[in-house]
Amino acid sequence: MDPIKDSARTIARDVNAGVVSATEVAERLIPHVERIDAQLAAYLQLTPDLMRAHARRVDERVAAGERLPLAGVPVALKDNMCLTGTRTTAGSKILENFVAPYTATAVQRLLDAGALPIGKTNLDEFAMGSSGENSAYGATRNPYDLDRVPGGSSAGSAASVGGFAATLSLGSDTGGSIREPAAFCNVVGFKPTYGRVSRYGLIAFASSLDQIGPFARTVEDAALAYDVIAGKDPLDATSVDREVELTADHLREDLRGVRVGIVKEFGLGKLDAASRGCYEAAYADLERLGAELVEVSLPTADYGLATYYLIAPAECSSNLARFDGVRYGLRVDGADVGEMYERTRAAGFGPEVKRRILIGTYALSSGYYDAYYLKAQKARTRIAEDFARAFERCDAIVSPAASSPPFRFNAKSDPVTMYLMDYYTIPGSLAGLPSLSVPCGAAVPEDGTRPMPMGLQLTSPLFTERALLGVAHAYERATLHAEKLTPPEICNA
Amino acid sequence: MRRESQQVMPSDRIDIRHVARLARLALTEEEIATFGPQLGDLMTHVDDLAKLDTRDVAATAQVVPSRNVQRADTVRPETMMSHDAALQNAPERQGPFFRVPRIIAEEG
Repeated sequence: MDPIKDSARTIARDVNAGVVSATEVAERLIPHVERIDAQLAAYLQLTPDLMRAHARRVDERVAAGERLPLAGVPVALKDNMCLTGTRTTAGSKILENFVAPYTATAVQRLLDAGALPIGKTNLDEFAMGSSGENSAYGATRNPYDLDRVPGGSSAGSAASVGGFAATLSLGSDTGGSIREPAAFCNVVGFKPTYGRVSRYGLIAFASSLDQIGPFARTVEDAALAYDVIAGKDPLDATSVDREVELTADHLREDLRGVRVGIVKEFGLGKLDAASRGCYEAAYADLERLGAELVEVSLPTADYGLATYYLIAPAECSSNLARFDGVRYGLRVDGADVGEMYERTRAAGFGPEVKRRILIGTYALSSGYYDAYYLKAQKARTRIAEDFARAFERCDAIVSPAASSPPFRFNAKSDPVTMYLMDYYTIPGSLAGLPSLSVPCGAAVPEDGTRPMPMGLQLTSPLFTERALLGVAHAYERATLHAEKLTPPEICNA
Repeated sequence: MRRESQQVMPSDRIDIRHVARLARLALTEEEIATFGPQLGDLMTHVDDLAKLDTRDVAATAQVVPSRNVQRADTVRPETMMSHDAALQNAPERQGPFFRVPRIIAEEG
């Protein structure tokens, strides 16, 4: 029994069986995470007192005969999710002193299921970024190479699980913010169907795209967390009122009869040689496991980025209008209320957030709405239709999760170059589809010598989470890539 | 059906100061010098969208079927917030209210 390395499944089983107490798990984790995080900077805040309090409650419930799906499982929470009484910053200076007065539904469900909150994790400011470098509180490092980025925007949620500083974590994904950092940190990152998990208590970025999902070191653990957080929430009108198909006890070991689509437009020629080899091997493994590989076409996929970079900033400019210095967050005084707004927002937002607010404001402004925002919404329809057509011929679509292996800090200073990282994740986001990244080996980046983790993206039709996780599980169990990669040295410290 | 505007303004004509005013965002001269070209560059990429045929295509605002949700207009204590909880993050408060700079001029 080692609560640092064990799976969530194992920890919950042992805590439920009384082999170990949740309090023992917490006391083991707290000093360990503190030590590791001095190098990783995955957390913006550790919550040891809260963790101990929850551990005591779990121990009482287990002693009273309850069996909890996540009994004693240490979890990390992206800091754009509210947890009553904790500082919740969204990685922004504008919320530096914001203390959440309520708890996000997804977080509450984890805690009710017996999970222990370790702390709140670092992120690109307001979840806008693909490297974690846009946080106002400094960058999180990749546990597999401290000189490289962990990916973003759920930087700390991916790095904490990949670096054995959490067993499970929650992130949010708008255009790839769970899948891309999962790929970079050697973990499973799962974005469910849009609306499957409540967004209540998630600080909004782009409301028609934002979705909460889990990170874990195995597909089974991700499924376990998903089963707990999924489902209708009366506090989020966009959460879908449809029965949840439970997943964790319904995973499969082979891929016989599964048709896996390879997207013609996503040709691996766009990648560096090492990455290409990695994905070619992964596709061959899927076939070896019994899957039938079929070529499918997403003719509009190449319009994904342009579509996304109109819709997401437009929704962001609208959502972030609430940060005006009136009710919460930073206030910078001005001669009148207008000047107060302008100065508050100028001082509180970082460069990437300002850029996106400007793009969105422009795209929605008078005279440009039809050419930009409306056009993008129509393109979104076509992209979703392309997926629907592709899924007539396959059960899941496979592709790389990110455009490159994990890169060095400050390697992508030009915004558009950074946006290209999400080339593979964005189309599925626009279509609202369930999608995940599962470790698929390692590649040596062109600017390095150490093999870095790579992620395989699998995407399936709306509400087919069980089938999707099943495919990922069969692949993971047959290849065991995550376990093969040399464990990060800091975790053995 | 309304004809779509296919005429996209050249990106170098984006008036960044005007957009910043609309966004209630005070920008420094340095930011204007940086964001202007960056915004133009991005919009040039976005201009590609004009090539995509979207005649007779409906706009998507939400990807999963949704309908208006209503609930009984009754108090739900479990999600109620006290005045103090609601105001705990206020930059400035006065009793049970948020305090803001004067918005309406004093009558003369």
